[in-house]
Amino acid sequence: MKIAFTAAGTTWESMIDPRFGRTEFFIVYNDETQEVSVVDNSAVKNEAHGAGTATAQKIFEIKPDVLITGNGPGENAATALKQLNMKIFVNAHNMTIKEAYENYKNGKLQSL
Amino acid sequence: MSSERINEIVILSGKGGTGKTSIAAAFSVLAGEEAVIADCDVDAANMHLLLKPDFAGSLDFFSGELAVLNQDVCIRCGKCADVCRFNAIPFIENQYTISPLDCEGCGYCEKVCPSFAIVMKERKSGKVYTSTIKTGGIMVHARLDIAAENSGKLVAKVKKDAKDLAKAGNKEYIIVDGSPGIGCPVVSSLSGANYVVLVTEPTMSGLHDLIRVYEVIKRFRIKAGCIINKSDVNEAQSREIKEFLLAEQIDHLADIPYDSAFSSAMIEGKTVVEIQSPRKAQVEEIWKQIKIITNKNNTI
Amino acid sequence: MINNPPLKIGIASGKGGTGKTLLSTNLAAYLSLTQPTLLVDLDVEEPDDFLFVRGTTQSITDQYKMIPVWDEKACTLCGICSKTCKYHAVIQLGSIILVFKELCHSCYACSELCPAGALPMQKHKMGEIKTITSGNLTFIESRLNIGEEQAVPLIHQTHERVEKTHGDIPLQIFDCPPGTSCPVVASTRNVDFVVLVTEPTPFGLNDLRLAVETMKEIHKPVGVVINRYGIGNSDVEMYCREAGIPVLAKIRYDRRIAELYSNGQLVYDKIEDMQTSLDNIIKAIQNVVRKN
Ligand code: SF4
Ligand code: SF4
Ligand code: SF4
Ligand code: SF4
Repeated sequence: MKIAFTAAGTTWESMIDPRFGRTEFFIVYNDETQEVSVVDNSAVKNEAHGAGTATAQKIFEIKPDVLITGNGPGENAATALKQLNMKIFVNAHNMTIKEAYENYKNGKLQSL
Repeated sequence: MSSERINEIVILSGKGGTGKTSIAAAFSVLAGEEAVIADCDVDAANMHLLLKPDFAGSLDFFSGELAVLNQDVCIRCGKCADVCRFNAIPFIENQYTISPLDCEGCGYCEKVCPSFAIVMKERKSGKVYTSTIKTGGIMVHARLDIAAENSGKLVAKVKKDAKDLAKAGNKEYIIVDGSPGIGCPVVSSLSGANYVVLVTEPTMSGLHDLIRVYEVIKRFRIKAGCIINKSDVNEAQSREIKEFLLAEQIDHLADIPYDSAFSSAMIEGKTVVEIQSPRKAQVEEIWKQIKIITNKNNTI
Repeated sequence: MINNPPLKIGIASGKGGTGKTLLSTNLAAYLSLTQPTLLVDLDVEEPDDFLFVRGTTQSITDQYKMIPVWDEKACTLCGICSKTCKYHAVIQLGSIILVFKELCHSCYACSELCPAGALPMQKHKMGEIKTITSGNLTFIESRLNIGEEQAVPLIHQTHERVEKTHGDIPLQIFDCPPGTSCPVVASTRNVDFVVLVTEPTPFGLNDLRLAVETMKEIHKPVGVVINRYGIGNSDVEMYCREAGIPVLAKIRYDRRIAELYSNGQLVYDKIEDMQTSLDNIIKAIQNVVRKN
């Protein structure tokens, strides 16, 4: 299963980026192969508007089974994400990616 | 507390004129060097008048795009003007010219020009500053060019710079003076926040605006508190606001009665906590309360 | 009077909450006592003049913008549309094209550049224009739907509509959106004079300066009304004197005004000085416009 985190950095110790549309990175963890990869989303900085839908398009290319983030996607991004069969967990802000993963494992994150 | 766990507190009002900036500036003075200040009310930035930043670091800011036409290669076929839905390419003195005030940056003209005479360039829309303010604290703020528009991008940039500085300086708080309205810049002001302080007034439009902006806050699941400013101007409206706060589980932080101390302080270039009046103790008390609430939220 | 072109006055301010609504609604109501007057609320994102105008609703008309609509059958999934749109209002998710109506600026690029003709433009409701009459006063409210980001097209449509159906009303007051960006520019483009409302405080002065610069950019004659006069200092007056901007009126700070306003009530008939202020404003504007 592929789990994507919105991340403010590129390591397991980085903080969750609470923002979906303007997240700087996605950290993608495959819990079967234990592979970790990083997807750079920092180009979204240059978008005056429509960051949410631009990022939704990006996540579509990653095709994760689970998305873990902080505040949760905005209205437009949420509409786009509905097209993906993906579980979304929120309220992981103020956690490192590692903590967010543990909390997710223990069923402590709120699902959307 | 780990240096990365910073409390980001956003002050919002929905509409202008409620005293939001005066209150945000007072919190900034109280927080002193514990906080980095981010002024995201860039449409009508006023915080600098009270916090006296030194405008030490500045950087041009670009937002959106603008069509730029090279007359040297233009063959004056008029295709660009035909497709532009914003009448931004008038034919003046025998040549097609882009009117920057009208151009929406859609890029259609660039796509149809047969001689590649049009390129889309980033549009300069203002400057972002990093300053030291009178308390010794740090502030990130911006100034828009004339007729330029605030955007989610600009707000995100101001907040990101503030966050980086807060991390680097091991600060506990980021205090954000949020954007007005309920559009894209507000969403950007809010996202990533730990706590929102709503400043409202007991008027018919005050409650109406409060409800609208709270919709956005709720969507992002951010805890909020509310200050009713000039609460004594209309007791009945104040009560209605309080009922709304109760129903939505928004912390009712305080009622601040109308007090000329705010404008007296402003005239001296000060915040209300820097002059003597009953408001000083009250605003100090509110800030203390906010610190307690946010620290509790942040340690779960 | 009949043959004269109407006098169009814009009421604006560098930021919300300075008394723009107070002035617009009271000026319009007061003037309508003696002649047909039009009040147009162009603060389309948060119109609130309606709180102060009570009358009979004459009409409500839907306002539209054009957006692309995906024709799944015709689409070849070439991806050109999502690469074309600068606002990410149309995106491709695998075999699906999604259009985000609120983000669309109606530029037609994706629609006309789609090689398969699979994105025809269609009408989409973005807001409505309401007409209310109360005696001699015609009130038009233009309201953008929540979530829509494009205020400017609706403002243009409202101006067109006013010109067509109410062009003959001799006095026209436009309550403009606050700020200094595109919506204000669109709102004030075809008015004869702009009244900038401000407060006699450092914040007020700072906002006023920005508003004055914006109006200079579009070459509009301006005058200033100082609201809540007495709460601050004289810097705004000094600035106006130095910049050669007429101060049309000073509305004294009066707790009763704040109270009446908070209850959705007009004040011109209850506060003595108010009518004098309103008279001064309109006379000063007429003088300037006649001279031009
Ligand atoms: S970019 Fe779009 S709005 Fe600007 S001139 Fe070209 S076609 Fe017109
Ligand atoms: S389409 Fe290109 S060549 Fe033709 S008028 Fe426009 S800029 Fe000139
Ligand atoms: S441009 Fe037209 S054909 Fe190509 S993907 Fe978009 S809708 Fe489909
Ligand atoms: S019409 Fe223009 S703004 Fe609207 S979706 Fe198409 S390309 Fe984007």
